[in-house]
Amino acid sequence: MRRVLRAAAALAAVSLAAAGLAGCGEREQVVVYKQGKYQGKPDTKPWSNAPGAALYTPEKWTQGDEKSWENSLKARNMTQNEYTRAE
Amino acid sequence: MARMKFLCDAERCIECNGCVTACKQENEVPWGVNRRRVVTINDGVIGAEKSISVACMHCSDAPCMAVCPVDCFYRTDEGVVLHDKDLCIGCGYCFYACPFGAPQFPQAGAFGLRGKMDKCTFCAGGPEKDLSREEFVKYGSNRLAQGKLPACAEMCSTKALLGGDGDVIADIYRQRVLKRGKGSEVWGWGTAYGRPDNPQARPAPGTKS
Repeated sequence: MRRVLRAAAALAAVSLAAAGLAGCGEREQVVVYKQGKYQGKPDTKPWSNAPGAALYTPEKWTQGDEKSWENSLKARNMTQNEYTRAE
Repeated sequence: MARMKFLCDAERCIECNGCVTACKQENEVPWGVNRRRVVTINDGVIGAEKSISVACMHCSDAPCMAVCPVDCFYRTDEGVVLHDKDLCIGCGYCFYACPFGAPQFPQAGAFGLRGKMDKCTFCAGGPEKDLSREEFVKYGSNRLAQGKLPACAEMCSTKALLGGDGDVIADIYRQRVLKRGKGSEVWGWGTAYGRPDNPQARPAPGTKS
């Protein structure tokens, strides 16, 4: 009986020591840089948003379609040309 | 594919600072940081005074991107140069590399401690969820995701500052130059977007590029 208790105590001591040591483990906190490669978070594409995602969105395009977004932006771009409005 | 560019027409810029105000208002840029500013040369000299609105030109081969020690810059599919403020260490290398003085550093504490770099985003936000509060706080407004163009260009009263797809704004400018018959020099385009490969397409010797 005493032998079993001693084994259990030893096992408990080892487990406690292991748990305690685990607390001393250090997690990598510094980003590992790859030279010349963007390291930040990924960004979403502007055309992945629905046209009505924000207030007062006047332009219309098909969500996820890059070409239609570009076309709507080009149409808006042309408002910067006052010659097309004056003539 | 659209390639976003800025073009400032020095013949038209009247130094009203409307673009500066529009940028400040749209992006709630903090005190001490100027993403856009108006530079005037030959101030007061009749006939020789020229003003130009300057911000990040979103260069084709961006020097800021090349010198950043933590590689926090990226270029979007539309050619807009953006950066991740979570990675920026505020070292200031990009400021020294930029030919336009675009990178700005807010004061982050006592003794001139610099904060993370801030610059014009072409009103395209940054690497956070589009149109989210986080994106607005860190990078400002994301007008491209709303189908709009940069606030500075859209606000310009004389349409001196053009912003948008490079092909479209170059066409607008070309038509304008043909109408008025002068002022074909586009300040900063050679530096930002490179010179044309075709030597025949270069401007005549002695003219500014």
